[in-house]
Amino acid sequence: MTAIDAGAIVTVTPVKSEGYWTSVGRRLVRDPVAMIALAVILVIVLAAILAPYIAPADPFRGSMVRRLRPIGTPGYPLGTDELGRDLLSRLIYGGRLSLFMGVTPVILAFVVGSSIGIFAAYVGGWINTVVMRVIDVFFAFPSVLLAIALSGALGAGILNSIVSLTVVFVPQIARIAESVTTQTRNRDFVEAARISGASMLTIVRVHVLGNVLGPIFVYATSLISVSMILSSGLSFLGLGVKPPEPEWGLMLNTLRTAIYNQPLVAALPGAMIFITSISFNLFSDGLRGAMEVRQ
Amino acid sequence: MSDVANDPRDRGGAGTPLLDVRGLVKHFGGKGGLFGKPSGVVRAVDGVDFSVAKGETLGIVGESGCGKSTTARLVMQIIKPDAGDILFDGEKVGSAALDLKAFRRQVQMVFQDSYASLNPRLTVEDTVAFGPRIHGASASASIAKAHDLLHRVGLEPRRFAGRYPHEISGGQRQRVNIARALSLDPRLLILDEAVSALDKSVEAQVLNLLLDLKRDFGLTYMFITHDLNVVRFMSDRIMVMYLGKVAEVGPSEPIFEKPGHPYTAALLSSMPSMDPDNLTEEAPLTGDPPNPIDPPSGCRFHPRCRMASALCSHAEPDLAEASPQHLAACHLVDPQSGHPRLAAA
Amino acid sequence: MNSTLPPIVEAKDLTVDFAAGRGMIRAVCGVDLSLKPGETLALLGESGSGKSVTLRALMRLHPKSAKIGGGIRVDGEDVLALSPSALRAYRGKTVSMIFQDPGLAFDPVYRIGDQIAETVMRHEGVSRAEGRRRGLELFERVRIPSPERRLDNFPHEMSGGMRQRAMIALALACRPKVLLADEPTTALDATVQIQVLLLLRELQREFGLAIVFVTHDIGVAVEIADRIAVMYAGRIVEGGSVRDVIGNPAHPYTRGLLASRAHGTLGKDERLKAIPGSPPDLAAPPPGCAFGPRCESFIDRCAADIPGNLVIGEGHAARCFRAGGANEMAPQLS
Repeated sequence: MTAIDAGAIVTVTPVKSEGYWTSVGRRLVRDPVAMIALAVILVIVLAAILAPYIAPADPFRGSMVRRLRPIGTPGYPLGTDELGRDLLSRLIYGGRLSLFMGVTPVILAFVVGSSIGIFAAYVGGWINTVVMRVIDVFFAFPSVLLAIALSGALGAGILNSIVSLTVVFVPQIARIAESVTTQTRNRDFVEAARISGASMLTIVRVHVLGNVLGPIFVYATSLISVSMILSSGLSFLGLGVKPPEPEWGLMLNTLRTAIYNQPLVAALPGAMIFITSISFNLFSDGLRGAMEVRQ
Repeated sequence: MSDVANDPRDRGGAGTPLLDVRGLVKHFGGKGGLFGKPSGVVRAVDGVDFSVAKGETLGIVGESGCGKSTTARLVMQIIKPDAGDILFDGEKVGSAALDLKAFRRQVQMVFQDSYASLNPRLTVEDTVAFGPRIHGASASASIAKAHDLLHRVGLEPRRFAGRYPHEISGGQRQRVNIARALSLDPRLLILDEAVSALDKSVEAQVLNLLLDLKRDFGLTYMFITHDLNVVRFMSDRIMVMYLGKVAEVGPSEPIFEKPGHPYTAALLSSMPSMDPDNLTEEAPLTGDPPNPIDPPSGCRFHPRCRMASALCSHAEPDLAEASPQHLAACHLVDPQSGHPRLAAA
Repeated sequence: MNSTLPPIVEAKDLTVDFAAGRGMIRAVCGVDLSLKPGETLALLGESGSGKSVTLRALMRLHPKSAKIGGGIRVDGEDVLALSPSALRAYRGKTVSMIFQDPGLAFDPVYRIGDQIAETVMRHEGVSRAEGRRRGLELFERVRIPSPERRLDNFPHEMSGGMRQRAMIALALACRPKVLLADEPTTALDATVQIQVLLLLRELQREFGLAIVFVTHDIGVAVEIADRIAVMYAGRIVEGGSVRDVIGNPAHPYTRGLLASRAHGTLGKDERLKAIPGSPPDLAAPPPGCAFGPRCESFIDRCAADIPGNLVIGEGHAARCFRAGGANEMAPQLS
């Protein structure tokens, strides 16, 4: 929300209106669903950050004699996995990698995709057409298939999984960025800025970014849930994290052999993926709603 | 109070028009649409000449599709003309003597939609300060200038400077747009339906404001509107456009009192009557304004004209003098045209 | 005109409230209307005056969150008490509506002739052929050129003025008794606007329609209406025959609107007599008379009480404490 150079504006204005984002925040706070979703996300994130302090046990230390204990076993509130490791601790630690691998591709794709989309739309003409047709090629593949194919080609590993998911999301964000920028650049205020002699960079910085980053950001938050599921899926297929690292998708894979002995325990990593991704989704919906009222 | 004649930026002297437009042409489309399917050429502006003298207000009227807004955008260099020259105070726009940036400092525009023409994320003062800032003024000087202009357009800076566009009324927003247009000290202001979207009680305030600002800043106006009452009130001279061409141009009184072109006469009698005892009994024109794709041959108005003769359908009339400085593109004002009604009269 | 007939549209103390943010906004506030068959009433006002909301209330076209109070009787029926099925029959058959944007009336994916036939079939239970025959008749009536061919047009294939005519044809398809018009000519060029106004005047005479015509343009109101009701901030501030309201305006707001018009007799460098200020925020209306803060005839009482309806002459009334003695201040009309 920098105007021209917000820091340099020294004049005090007695009636200062609340800014756009303040009013979005105010409306968001009044949305109970979004607030609950946000609370769930915060709890999971905090637990992941503070894992060494709150996890009851070492997530790597197993025990051959205490394998696949049910939920509620004394000392193992959520039971143990197929190697006898404390599941609660592994879920808490698992949040670190799962969240990291879910959120990072979206952040990277947000930066890259927005830049491509905004640039293409603002320049317009044949450059825009070429960029968007190339982007369209990516849409020919279902995102799951594309992620698996890329990960498979790059080889397993956290970094490669993040790279391949980023590649999956860049075209989607670029397309949204292109369409909102095209709408904005045709508004009269951009025309007014142009006829006052502003350079393209100034117009983009002052008049375009402030109006397009919000909608792109909302769209990006809705991708976090998809990204969480896809990255877990890659780990589940052995294309992401390698054992014995705790990660929800990988845990779901290794526990699948126990589905008949301890179905509830085996389902827990899946439940975590579900809860986290749906929370991101609901929060993103709330954010969109809060931003839609008035421009 | 600044005076048009004593403007230090004046180059050509009082006799040189501030804006001189010659042979302006803009066609849209027609290069063959999708899959090579030929699409019609929209002859939005098709050979328009006019000039605006220093300190005067030129009103431009016409139905939708007549090319009045396209003309404004061509003058403003928002879109590139296909042909024609634009001279500003005697210098060709885009030449070495007057590059685009220097031209734009001197010509500004106010749009119809007061909301769409303000960035919703910027406060009122930031919007007005934007122009001076990008032209090199310091941040504090830009803000000071913005506050001064807000004051001049009737918005108390203490109350309005920090507001966002959605928090103020339509009339107030249009005042902000006017302040923004004035922030670069332009000499020519193009007002494209600038009061058309305002409520009637607010419209009068803004029109008065525009008169005051014109006097105080020594401005020249191009005033585009579809409201004939407003254009008569505001303008020294009026240009009537029809399908991308000038139908009639001249001082406003003769045009309103004794229009030279049948189209102007029809426009004037289409205005709703304000007298309940003297209501309009017959519509002066039938049908909708035609599409500027494939305009009629000869005089473009002939299919809707009551005075039309065979001559009008094949010979295109040039602008001819109807009264001093008052030109109309109709065979009836040219005694040599051979229009049958001339012989009858 | 038809003074012996009972009114076909009657609204008593109509109020409309909308939920907005934290509270309710009263958009229409105690409006009384009475309209006889064959009569045209213009609701004249600016944005936010409640003119369109009043019109929509007559057809119960409001979101569920809106609360309509008071009474509306149209053609002997209590409109606010109609059951959903009775309401469907009421809309189109008794009362129909035309809009500023014909896009609201037509579905873009069906041919216009089929949409008119569909409406007639639904309301009158006639055959498709009969419905189309009615469509053709109406297209001829509203003077659409080559009507037979135009019935097969999609809405986007028509020009603005022709779409407006087609919408009038659709509105009249079931021979309603009352036509509600919401700024139907505002988006049109003046040359087309006058054609549509003349057409409406003609159709009204022929079908004996009662028309409620919402507009912000005094000139349009004069051309179309028998009576004018001037609305401001949710209330009718002045009502009367066109001749009375235009020639002898009693409310300072009406006088201000007339005086602020740019017109031909103004001299060079003359200024317009603008009404100062801007219309009130309905969420926080001023106390007393809503026009008080902008009024040149303001007296202390205006901020204390809401003025009642003061009768000035036969069928001419204004909500102003000073309406009676203010006549000599009326501007001379050119």
